[in-house]
Amino acid sequence: MSAIGTGYDLSASQFSPDGRVFQVEYAQKAVENSGTAIALRAKDGVVFAVEKLVTSKLYETGANKRIFNIDRHIGCAVAGLLADARAIVNVANDEAKDYRSQYGTEIPLKYLKDRVAMYMHAYTLYSALRPFGASLLLGSWDKFEGPQLYCLDPSGLSYGYFGISIGKAKQSAKTEIEKISLKDKTCSELIKEAAKIIYIVHDEIKDKSFELELSWVSEATNGRHECVPQEVFDEAEKFAKDALKHDSDSD
Amino acid sequence: MKYHTQSPASTGTSVIGITFNDGVLIASDDLVSYGTLARYRNIPRVLKVNEQTVVGCGGDFADFQHLSKIIEQKQIDEEANNDGFTLTPKALHSWITRVLYNRRSKFDPFWNTWVVGGLQDGKPFLGYVDMLGTAFVDRAVATGYGEMIAKPLLWEAVEKKESITEEEAKDLIAKCMSLLFCRDSRAFPKYRIAKVTKDGSVIEGPFEVNVDWSIAAHVQGYE
Amino acid sequence: MDVSFDRNQSSFDFNTVEACDNVTPEWLEPDSTGTTIMAVEFADGVVIGADSRATRGFYVSNRVSDKVNHVSDHIYCCRSGSAADTQAILDTIRYHLSFYEMELGEPALVKVAANLFKEMCYTYRDQLTAGIIVAGWDKRYGGQVYSIPLGGMMVRQSAIAGGSGGTYIYGYIDKFYKPRMTREECIKFVIEGISLAMERDASSGGVIRVAIIDKEGVEKKIIAGGDLPKFHEK
Repeated sequence: MSAIGTGYDLSASQFSPDGRVFQVEYAQKAVENSGTAIALRAKDGVVFAVEKLVTSKLYETGANKRIFNIDRHIGCAVAGLLADARAIVNVANDEAKDYRSQYGTEIPLKYLKDRVAMYMHAYTLYSALRPFGASLLLGSWDKFEGPQLYCLDPSGLSYGYFGISIGKAKQSAKTEIEKISLKDKTCSELIKEAAKIIYIVHDEIKDKSFELELSWVSEATNGRHECVPQEVFDEAEKFAKDALKHDSDSD
Repeated sequence: MKYHTQSPASTGTSVIGITFNDGVLIASDDLVSYGTLARYRNIPRVLKVNEQTVVGCGGDFADFQHLSKIIEQKQIDEEANNDGFTLTPKALHSWITRVLYNRRSKFDPFWNTWVVGGLQDGKPFLGYVDMLGTAFVDRAVATGYGEMIAKPLLWEAVEKKESITEEEAKDLIAKCMSLLFCRDSRAFPKYRIAKVTKDGSVIEGPFEVNVDWSIAAHVQGYE
Repeated sequence: MDVSFDRNQSSFDFNTVEACDNVTPEWLEPDSTGTTIMAVEFADGVVIGADSRATRGFYVSNRVSDKVNHVSDHIYCCRSGSAADTQAILDTIRYHLSFYEMELGEPALVKVAANLFKEMCYTYRDQLTAGIIVAGWDKRYGGQVYSIPLGGMMVRQSAIAGGSGGTYIYGYIDKFYKPRMTREECIKFVIEGISLAMERDASSGGVIRVAIIDKEGVEKKIIAGGDLPKFHEK
């Protein structure tokens, strides 16, 4: 037996003597193996950006997207095992649907994230279950609550954020995010920054190619979560590439 | 405990629909009656489903609201899927026939008549479904009193020509809604039109019916 | 209210009674809130009111009943139809909503409360006799009134009357309702409306109870039978 878990890592229903649940920590490791995803909270909405790693040239472009709609007003970017993430997204979809049919209004993100977090947490409690190897970034905007952004983690924890990164380059992405004064920026400014961060943190040597995914939910989209329009995407991508070029020029 | 059937409580009257050369119009008035009481007078009974599909509905308004919510959720699901596919009028029409037929087979029908319209593969589509699940597709349809009073007029126009323009179709709708207001005691003088063209779908109105009362002066006494 | 016992065991001869006038004896009828209820939105809130008569056939089984009921801190409702049905619905929704508010950590929207009533009234429409008005105030949309009549539809209205007496005052509402009334104007509008209905409707009477709901909270008032405007003495 290897020394890492010393036998306490075979089940999510057993603590190690120093009070850890290794299965949950391994699930968090699974998230850190995936391409980076970030979300930034602007004053008028939330933007999402994902570095979708493409491991073979034989894949169709646009396959296996990592940004989802939960409901019209809630967007979601994921990192980790995509199949696990999709299962959680489905749960979130159903949660939003049930709320709508029962209460006749859109589900508040604050409530949705609690429900989904509770669901994820349940998978950390039983020996017969494996925790989800995925993290979710959830964002929305409405005129009463303003922009909201949360991150859900395999342990079932959730936090609200001004800016957050998950996936393999989360540390360097976090450093980049901290340089931006998020609170007084708009979505159309931040979408470029988000694209730039993805380009900066992308590791060209280890992971050759990737596709950039961008989406937002803001006052300008009327509180709807949408993929950004093609021209916004092109502009953001160009901004990111140019910034990268300047960087390498100055090196 | 269940009675033989349900019975409608709050109801809407006729819905009429017509296709024109590059789109579809569906019209219904703004009234929801409570028996003979004209209780709610600002309630549209036409609904935009998406940019290519609209519906109109007469009969029990609670059932309409119930099914509307389900249809809205179907549309939200389609948007969430984000795969380029969406609810088409033909698909929705077919779905409504199944739902209504299912409920009538339980002897507990949804007490509605539905008109579904829109653009199907770029061509105008107009369909009808009643509370028994009876369904058909046609160039002009009408429900309730409209079936008796407006449909002959709609058909006359549609049969005469290969196709009619939007303007001609709108004039015809105005004429039919006025006539229905005159001869259907549960009709209301304010109505809306749901329109689908290649530019998308909109709910227009409310419009006011235009009725000529001048003949009243020619009537005196009862002999 | 389901009154079930074995008819054959009873000494009362039901057949004779039914043969005579084909009517269920009055004392066997369920308590019904043949009623006047009304709710109106004003500039910063809503006024909801009702008469206080409960009848069993011709008999006034309660002359001071309270039909303006608490749903949550800023939401009230008025009931018409079967007293048993509407009380059972209200109890269920009140419980559901209090739980919901704990989970969300904030007061429920009026629309959410109304939707819960609607879901229940619609789902059990064949079994229930319930016409409900839900009114209240929330910080997003201000004062709101929702009408949920017999079949279980739901619609927001700026002014609505319901119950057996409500039908008598639609003309009054149509003519005298003004959008964005002041608080005092609105209270007067509701009290006069219900008084008019009480004068004409045998199933409505007693006192008028009103609740005024705005961002400050709820103020409840009772206008005693003797203090009502007397339109018939004009």
